[in-house]
Amino acid sequence: MALIVPLRREYDVLGLRGQFPALQRRINGRALTYLDNGASAQQPAAVIEAVSDYSRNHHSNVHRGVHTLSQEATALFEGARGKVRGFINAASDREIVFVRGTTEAINLVAGTLGRSRLQPGDEVVISWLEHHANIVPWQMLCEQAGAQLRVVPMDRRGVVDFDAYRALLGPRTKIVALAHVSNALGTVLPIREFIAEARARGIATVVDGAQAVPHQRIDVQALGCDFYAFSGHKMYGPTGIGVLYAREAVLATLPPWQGGGDMILTVSFTRTTWNSLPWRFEAGTPNIAGAVGLGAAIDWLGQVGMEAIAAHEADLLAFATERLATIPGLTIIGTAPDKASLVSFTVDGVHPHDLGTVLDAEGVAVRTGHHCAMPVMEFFDVPATTRASFALYNTRAEIEILHAALTRAIGMLR
Amino acid sequence: MNLADLYRDVIVDHNRHPRNFGSLPQPSHHAEGSNPLCGDQLKVSLDVADGVIRDIRCEGRGCAISTASASLMSEAVKGHTLDEVAALFGEVHHMLTSQEAIPGPQLGKLAALSGVREFPARVKCASLCWHTLNAALAGDAAPVTTE
Repeated sequence: MALIVPLRREYDVLGLRGQFPALQRRINGRALTYLDNGASAQQPAAVIEAVSDYSRNHHSNVHRGVHTLSQEATALFEGARGKVRGFINAASDREIVFVRGTTEAINLVAGTLGRSRLQPGDEVVISWLEHHANIVPWQMLCEQAGAQLRVVPMDRRGVVDFDAYRALLGPRTKIVALAHVSNALGTVLPIREFIAEARARGIATVVDGAQAVPHQRIDVQALGCDFYAFSGHKMYGPTGIGVLYAREAVLATLPPWQGGGDMILTVSFTRTTWNSLPWRFEAGTPNIAGAVGLGAAIDWLGQVGMEAIAAHEADLLAFATERLATIPGLTIIGTAPDKASLVSFTVDGVHPHDLGTVLDAEGVAVRTGHHCAMPVMEFFDVPATTRASFALYNTRAEIEILHAALTRAIGMLR
Repeated sequence: MNLADLYRDVIVDHNRHPRNFGSLPQPSHHAEGSNPLCGDQLKVSLDVADGVIRDIRCEGRGCAISTASASLMSEAVKGHTLDEVAALFGEVHHMLTSQEAIPGPQLGKLAALSGVREFPARVKCASLCWHTLNAALAGDAAPVTTE
């Protein structure tokens, strides 16, 4: 009888680490332990080289010249758009708008959909765990429109209350804007269910996907949302480039946002006509190098495999949760049953900023502060937390380094 | 970069047991300060008479550096004239921001904060209490911030 050995490709985390130049650095004489991926992830050489190759060999403005470089730049830029479409399974390239990042994407939606649809007395619904980028644009919009911002509560685990959400949706609700994954707590929202409730009532849905996209496969058609926003630099791409996915049927009805070159077809002093989708929403010369880098990041992630990444990060989360819980006086903030790979915590008698400084001296990079989610800090009645957020290249050994550094820091400070 | 130089025993002690902690029931001067990015908050209340700080209390929540700095400041200014306090603030500011400064004897225990200058991100933690004290003395109503 033949022995059948299943083909299984091992997840080669050390091989993957080797592809990240920044991870080879030493900080204060120690190997860098980079656990601030929720703020920004490092870039693999493939991304750095794609950006460099563009700048060295293909740079010119897009959609303008008939010369070779302009055509090459345009092909690379639009090629990146196609890669983004495939990455999130959008129906068409026309649904992919390049922006600076998640913040700009949400502001674009607030400034177009919001300003054209919202009447005095209407309501915008967000949740308690939102990042400031998914609070402030709606607050500004509501103030301008005379509308109300309604906030869905969460429980002590950081789980957003689905029944309370359903109860909040009413005839005046025009927009629902929700994080897919909380940056401060790690909570993963069952976003598909949240979207379905809003869609059934004809309410526009906006998803802040900044923290979700690096960790799991996203299928915007399966989710059913109208808008999905994310940033390149949290998914191993460059800063200054991000994506607004917008369902074509909705995007086609929106007024233009910023005016300028590239978003027009014809301009005269009496009348201007708008370009077709998605360029209508991309005024001015875009971040071409950034888009090329983002496209390279998508190719690279495709080689690693989003399912393999998700499995590896789930292991890191379980291990980190178990190890950190052994530290006396440490409290994990954010204990939802479905969490992305990050651990936010406080330590009795030790302020996060002191922890951050001591950990840095040992080469461990974590985020300390309010994580641009001050309502979350207020909810848990803490001024700040320390957050270790994991990426595809982190290891269990690094979590042991974090554990040891934390133990020493607490001994020094408490 | 030397952690032991930042978290000296004096700092750790004043963080664990801040002196003059609390608030005065009827202060002649008071002010609030915050580091919004850190979430640090501090209230300083003063009893000033005849140009002398007769009493001082500080309360709030913050990191070890900001808590210890406020505690050390409260000890250093109590019983001193406003002119002496202004001169002391100049000395502290110089110590926190200049790499060359050698803390003079007039700084006393405040010299324990000299290690902070090796950690530029933490200078604002140590200076929050002084800016709040100055705001209280100046009668500023709006909370101060070191951001």
